[in-house]
Amino acid sequence: MTELLQRILPTVQKPARYTGGEYNQVVKPLSEVDTRVAFCFPDTYELGMSNLGMRILYGVMNEMPGVWCERVFAPWGDMEEAMKTHDLPLWALESQEPIKKFDMIAFTIGYEMSYSNVVNMLRLAKIPMHCQERQGLENMVFAGGVCAFNPEPLVDFVDFFSLGEGEESTVEIVSLYQKAKKEGWSKEAFLENVSKIPGVYVPSFYTHSYRGDGTLSAITPREGVPAVVTKRIVEDLDHAYFPVKTIVPTTEIVHDRTNLELFRGCIRGCRFCQAGFSCRPVRKKSPEVLYRQSVAGLEDSGNHELILASLSTSDYKGLKELTDRLIPYCLGEKVNLSVPSLRADNFSQELMHKLQTIKKSGLTFAPEAGTQRLRDVINKNLTEEEILDTCARAFSGGWSNVKLYFMLGLPTETDEDVLGIAELVYKVVKTWHAHATNKKRGLRVHVATAFFVPKPHTPFQWEKQITPEEYLRRTRLLKDAMRNKSVEYNWHAPDLSRLEAALARGDRRLGKVIQWAVEHGAHLDGWDEYFQYDTWIKAFEACGIDPDFYTTRGYEEDEVLPWDTISVGVNRSFLLRERHRALEGKVTKDCRQGCSGCGADKLLEEVKCDA
Amino acid sequence: MPRLLFEKTGNAVWISHLDLMRVFQRAFRRAGIHIWHSQGFSPRAHVSIALPLSVGTESVCEILEFDLADGVSMEPEQILRRVNETLPAGVRVTAIWENGRKLKELTHLDADLTLEYDAGVPQGAEEEITAFFTGGRPIPVPKKSKSGKMTDLDIAPMVLKCAAEQTDPQTLVLHVRVCAQNPSLNPMLLGEALRLHAPHLAPDFCKARRLDVLDREGNSFR
Repeated sequence: MTELLQRILPTVQKPARYTGGEYNQVVKPLSEVDTRVAFCFPDTYELGMSNLGMRILYGVMNEMPGVWCERVFAPWGDMEEAMKTHDLPLWALESQEPIKKFDMIAFTIGYEMSYSNVVNMLRLAKIPMHCQERQGLENMVFAGGVCAFNPEPLVDFVDFFSLGEGEESTVEIVSLYQKAKKEGWSKEAFLENVSKIPGVYVPSFYTHSYRGDGTLSAITPREGVPAVVTKRIVEDLDHAYFPVKTIVPTTEIVHDRTNLELFRGCIRGCRFCQAGFSCRPVRKKSPEVLYRQSVAGLEDSGNHELILASLSTSDYKGLKELTDRLIPYCLGEKVNLSVPSLRADNFSQELMHKLQTIKKSGLTFAPEAGTQRLRDVINKNLTEEEILDTCARAFSGGWSNVKLYFMLGLPTETDEDVLGIAELVYKVVKTWHAHATNKKRGLRVHVATAFFVPKPHTPFQWEKQITPEEYLRRTRLLKDAMRNKSVEYNWHAPDLSRLEAALARGDRRLGKVIQWAVEHGAHLDGWDEYFQYDTWIKAFEACGIDPDFYTTRGYEEDEVLPWDTISVGVNRSFLLRERHRALEGKVTKDCRQGCSGCGADKLLEEVKCDA
Repeated sequence: MPRLLFEKTGNAVWISHLDLMRVFQRAFRRAGIHIWHSQGFSPRAHVSIALPLSVGTESVCEILEFDLADGVSMEPEQILRRVNETLPAGVRVTAIWENGRKLKELTHLDADLTLEYDAGVPQGAEEEITAFFTGGRPIPVPKKSKSGKMTDLDIAPMVLKCAAEQTDPQTLVLHVRVCAQNPSLNPMLLGEALRLHAPHLAPDFCKARRLDVLDREGNSFR
């Protein structure tokens, strides 16, 4: 008789994402395994398999003797239905076994709107959802990823968090667990000891108290635990673990290619950008190591695409040296080399021309704001002149597609700034008329606006979010001002961004909101097919919590913030200074032109900040 | 052009036709075998698989054509060995040869269709099912046409042989020979036909396995 899962698979979309068996997946004999880790990505296989962090930590854990780390993804809605109908608990891909048998349940969380998936995956696994319902060492739930920098909305469900880069700390955490299991520790004893590992935050050791107006009055750590937990970083990326043997999916995923990291951190300091601050300090990999890993990764996977990833590729000091070697290699091996996030400088222009011989992609700019005044407020170091110059060169070189990304609702934004977007777009159209070599092909300008979400650990962490109604008014204002037929304007719906804002700066009280929403059907919120705004709004109402408290209210500068227990290395005083400079419309130079003293360099002991 | 015969079994049956081409393109690269690439903006390694296999169906008789890049020469046995070292579980090459026959001479295929009855195989099902498919009566089954409309397809003339065999108290296997190309019959439609026209014989679950591809005379097509 065919087993249950095999009977279900023909009835769901893309069944290959549930079966494992890909080239390079790790399978270990159980006789050699003492600790089983279910590494969960709280979204679909296609997204999770594209995630570099997951690839790295999968390799790190599986290199540990006695540890078997397997992958788990959120099922698509049709599979979730079938699992419920047939009472089939969530399983891990490699062994196809239910994860409720596993020792550790790890999550990597990169997006607030996947919180419902975290809780839902525990439910689907039939693992008790709340920390206090899980008594022993088994099913120890921990999480990392950028969302761990304000993990408070998840503390009801996750036993502890691993902050920052996990190459080293994950080994320390899992090793401690192996010892605890061998020696039969209690969960309490394990949490006590794991909290002593730098970068590990155990929320149950901290008491949050509130004032009558709902704001936090104090966060009290219990005796012996640090008042502030600082994220971990890897100092020497050249010698850090990096996987060149990676799982090669047999079904198409979002980013199906070999992925290399040029450097970590960012010298730019755009004031809205969480990654720009929370990934500091700047540490680079050397071109030799990158070249070696590119070739090894491509040969081992058989991939025909290579991407050089970082927060801002043009800021990588070894870019010329690396691409001088990689371009001929990629041409010879028929590999598409993809170099995103290039700035409009001269070298990048030259590089784009060279890459064109491999593949020609579109031009994309993210000015984020329509006027120079507002770009100065957000410290987005991109001028109108740079944009138009680059467009002019690109149009005369035959390009005819431009994408422009903006945000609406940025601090201090006025209608003039909104209309500034239309003016900038109009100038791009005029530039095309003046410089296009082939006008028959026509011009396409894609304009997109996102709804600004203030994020923790940025200079804008105290700012108000505008209301969804006001956001929509600004989109209409902009739409009416852009009536050119070559311009296509798309805007993000505000509902999702409002919830994202509430969860991003949320506190512990939001745990019950997430639970209510999940119990009433919230899941896969990042997908239009499944996102139900109403469910979330009802969840807030049912729990007596006003989302505006976290969004349009804004936070006072002297207020205790839910994420005050967590340090990403950047000082609060620096963020405040940056906030004030923003409100005065003053730009701050990038780190390479002069250190602005954010404090993240203090995380380094062996090397200096490589800004 | 060199041709491969390969199997697709186990969980590899869930790999779709398009994904399977990517699997082979990468396997060739991993094996260090340079194959001919299409020209243009996005050069693609050229592989072509005869007679697309439905997702979920096993096969031990899939055929793939490819071409080595200009200037590359390699012993066929070496290609077979190296590709097998780099293919994922469930996909395995079993033969390789040059100068295969014209693809249009592939006209039939043999397959096994496994019918599972959770409450046990119904009394007399073996004879009744064999008679149902070989009795000469039309067997219309709705099928989506290329334009997306549903039309009835009479599958009776496309089933050349059908013999039912009970293999255990809950399982019946239909050994069938059906048309392939112009037009092809997916053996799974036989299960569908039972659901429509003989509900008392309809299985709870049904799966197929291709056994061999044949020419008009019933010889193995290679």
